[in-house]
Amino acid sequence: MGIRFILMVNKQGQTRLAQYYEWLTLEERRALEGEIVRKCLARNDQQCSFVEHRNYKIVYRRYASLFFLVGVDNDENELAILEFIHLLVETMDRHFGNVCELDIMFHLEKAHFMLEEMVMNGCIVETSKSNILSPIQLMDKTS
Amino acid sequence: MASPSLMDSLFQRSLDDIIKGLRHQQSTESTFISKVIEEIRREIKTTDLQTKSTALQKLTYLNSIHSIDMSWASFHAIECISSPAFAHKKIGYLAISQSFNESTPVILLISNQLRKDLNSGNEFEVSLALDCLSRIGTVDLCRDLTSEVFTLMSTSKVFVRKKAVGVVFRLFEKYPDAVRVCFKRLVESLESSDSQILSAVVGVFCELASKDPRSYLPLAPEFYRILVGSRNNWVLIKVLKIFANLAPLEPRLAKRVVEPICDHLRKTGAKSMVFECIRTVATSFTEYESAVKLAAVKIREFLLEDDPNLKYLGLHGLSIMAPKHLWAVLENKDVVIQSLSDEDPNIKLESLCLVMAMVSESNVVEICRVLVNYALKSDLEFCNEILGSILSTCCQNVYEIITDFDWYVSLLGEMSRIPHCQKGEEIENQLIDIGMRVKDVRPELVRVGHHLLIDPALLGNPYLHRMLSAAAWVCGEYVEFSGNPVELLEALLQPRTSLLPSSIRTVYMQSAFKVLFFCVCTYIEQKEDMTLEVSDLTSKGECSESSDLASAKAPVACDQDEGFNPRNSSQSYEDPSVVNGGHGHVSTSAFMEETSFTRESIVKLVNLMELSLCPLSGSYDVEIQERARNALGFIELVKRDILSRLLRKEANSESEDVCASTIVEWLHDAFYEDLGPVSITAQERVLIPDELVLKENLADLEAICGNVELTSSCSFSLRSPYYGESAGVSFSNHQVEEDSEPSTEATSLLTEHRRRHELYYLPSEKNETITTANDYAPATITIANDYPPANYPSSGINTNDDSQDLVTLTNQSLLPKRKPNYAKPRPVVVKLDEGDAAPVTAKKPEVKGDLLSGAIRDILNEAKPASSQSNPSDKSSIKKKGKEKLNVDLSDSKEDLAVREQPNPENPSSRRSKHRGHGKEKSKKSQREEGWGWKGRWW
Repeated sequence: MGIRFILMVNKQGQTRLAQYYEWLTLEERRALEGEIVRKCLARNDQQCSFVEHRNYKIVYRRYASLFFLVGVDNDENELAILEFIHLLVETMDRHFGNVCELDIMFHLEKAHFMLEEMVMNGCIVETSKSNILSPIQLMDKTS
Repeated sequence: MASPSLMDSLFQRSLDDIIKGLRHQQSTESTFISKVIEEIRREIKTTDLQTKSTALQKLTYLNSIHSIDMSWASFHAIECISSPAFAHKKIGYLAISQSFNESTPVILLISNQLRKDLNSGNEFEVSLALDCLSRIGTVDLCRDLTSEVFTLMSTSKVFVRKKAVGVVFRLFEKYPDAVRVCFKRLVESLESSDSQILSAVVGVFCELASKDPRSYLPLAPEFYRILVGSRNNWVLIKVLKIFANLAPLEPRLAKRVVEPICDHLRKTGAKSMVFECIRTVATSFTEYESAVKLAAVKIREFLLEDDPNLKYLGLHGLSIMAPKHLWAVLENKDVVIQSLSDEDPNIKLESLCLVMAMVSESNVVEICRVLVNYALKSDLEFCNEILGSILSTCCQNVYEIITDFDWYVSLLGEMSRIPHCQKGEEIENQLIDIGMRVKDVRPELVRVGHHLLIDPALLGNPYLHRMLSAAAWVCGEYVEFSGNPVELLEALLQPRTSLLPSSIRTVYMQSAFKVLFFCVCTYIEQKEDMTLEVSDLTSKGECSESSDLASAKAPVACDQDEGFNPRNSSQSYEDPSVVNGGHGHVSTSAFMEETSFTRESIVKLVNLMELSLCPLSGSYDVEIQERARNALGFIELVKRDILSRLLRKEANSESEDVCASTIVEWLHDAFYEDLGPVSITAQERVLIPDELVLKENLADLEAICGNVELTSSCSFSLRSPYYGESAGVSFSNHQVEEDSEPSTEATSLLTEHRRRHELYYLPSEKNETITTANDYAPATITIANDYPPANYPSSGINTNDDSQDLVTLTNQSLLPKRKPNYAKPRPVVVKLDEGDAAPVTAKKPEVKGDLLSGAIRDILNEAKPASSQSNPSDKSSIKKKGKEKLNVDLSDSKEDLAVREQPNPENPSSRRSKHRGHGKEKSKKSQREEGWGWKGRWW
């Protein structure tokens, strides 16, 4: 499975994006998000970016007021996931231009599209920024 | 209907409006949301797809961010994806990927629409459908759409093709038969020159290989090519993961691959790549000394970095290496120990694991000392992590690494002094376990327990109650080793014990009972040793004593005068008997020398016990009440006994005396036998007698069970009015006989019952002589009752064998195999269940995985014979092409697979045994001469 879910959460703990690659009920999602937010947001910059949670790992990274949290299987490469998060942020940055929390809030659909280009079945399938963005830009043009 | 719909579409709020609304209405968010949902429910019903899709878009947003239920709108989502407009489709597909699951009732309705979109000329529509299928694909959907995906896998549009490849994993997972259709093309994609395709296909194989690596061994050459050829780290990391799964299965493969991996490890600049190489080497290439050394060097580099991420991963790498290459951990001991005080709890935990990995019998004392010091300084959570890992490491394999049990027991005791300690339960288990297993440590155990019990502060900490319970039990059970039973008794009866939960309080009371009993026994023995000296007693002293005892009985009537007992006693202590009692005793126990009992001290103990237990005899808790009454009954008896001894010189009530001390002897017998550890398989070892018919389905017993409960409660309802005495003999045969005698009614019921359900009874002639299997129990119980216990064997031989077996096991001196070069030899630790540890049930892979791997092996095996058959249909001619191409690459390796599969008896593809047999025959012959086919070409 590799990646199980990707969350974006702001400093206050409000979810800004949630993408799950395995089916969870709404209650399970809510509980999971609550637990993870409590666990990860309390950590400081001097602590490492990996947290073990239940039977998997969370790799997270903070950009300004936004936390990017990715739940992965235990044998997934933590540093590669950090790279992936960075790639995601760079891609959004290129598309929105200096991306911020509001961009993601108001363009949630686009953020989901980017993720769909990058991740399939929980596997990272695309890592080139232009490849990720070209279909979105084409769609923008046509509509 | 038309007008509201028109109104809706004209004045509908957009998603942006809602987001803005939510941002500005923080305080009344929930009311705002429920208002919006109401609007959505109205809007979504319109026939206008624009309005409908906007409503769905809003709902999807609320579902994703605010966890609002949207399952009710699933049909509307399907309506949206069937819209010709791409914008509506997009919204519909997003909603479906987010909210559909296997149990969504309308999921089958999208099958046709998905097929339509997969065949669409617009690549974005195709991509939407593929993405959706990869998220929600069910068995039915995957089966229906396999051929479409197969076609898309060879499309010229890379954008679509890579997604089709990505979807294949879901197809295989849900519908293993898709392998027969798609696998060839998937393998072909491995040779694609396009990096996007390659990245997708390697991802799929990485997932597949992690579930069942053996099936993918024949593809090793392809992966090898990527490993040495690719410059894309994302792809390389996946290939490394594949090899980490494949290498342990085929030593020659490992030998071939280890060098390129080390190459990457030396040359790469990317830390993620370095770590993946380290992990691969540490998990799957542990035999390659040079590779492991290189990995250890890289780990060391990680550990010395300031970045907490690298440090954590360095420690993590070490812990992967630890089981096979402990030297790597020892080399980095300094960093590991230092990391124990890191500010990141995750790093601390990781280093704690490593520290525990370093523990051996030579350094366990030292390491535990260091760790306990850390525990003292740590916060609550980490402190308990430390204590927990000490406890679990030390008790591994029946305390394998402990040689000095005195030290370990006192360490357990010390743990109570650590303020954050919450491990009472584990400590409890170990204290009792050690007590039963290690005879030599019992004196120290009692000493530690004594210290725990006399500390009134510990009673206030609920986390330590379990530990105190163990201490109380140990002190009661092994009281003969106690240096000061009087103090022990006082500790067990201290008023603060009321803070304990009742279940533990009963342990305290029972232990107090044992201690008191021990004191009395010792006293009686002393008495018998020096009956002559007793005659020195002055009659005056006796009189005052007897009056004491008489008055001491008063407390039974609960409103006693608190002060009188001790005071009266203390008066009597001044009389000469103290002097008489105090000299010349040769105690049976070496520990007793300073504390031999005088009559007065016994009386004092008895009174103390009576005083503290009397109020409890009316407790609402039945356990407490029962134990209090047991003890009080005994006290009654002892008093009478002592009294009679005093009066004996006046030559009366001789018989009474005999009776009381006989009962004391019986009780002594009851407590005398050691409790030993019982094997978890003890029950299983009792053979089922041949005559016994065991029914599989016990449903028809239900009616009978009601009866049984009734009758059994009848037969045990007897309460002897002279409770004290019957309590005293409750373990001996007498009571059972006594009991069963008057309960003729119950017996006749039983006989009746037996007549009706003969089937479930053991043959009656053997019932009379059944003895229980647990001969090592405090007292043997002879069942004279008509009602046989369920599982006891009817043949005495079996029983004896088994119990003897247990006894010998229990007494066995299982000296560990190690040189006795310690100053203090390791005491005997009783072990049970050696050799017959719980059988490791090999977890069978789930059926689906089996099917999948079976299908894949079939494909890889049958490639050659299948390709020689001619296939008429169009589609299969495409398939055939794939097969032939595959053959060119893999023809040599097929036989290999077949051979290597042989030792795997659970191979589900037995129906292919023809092909495998063929391969086997051929390679059996040629294995020696030609070597391995693919080796010649590729290695």
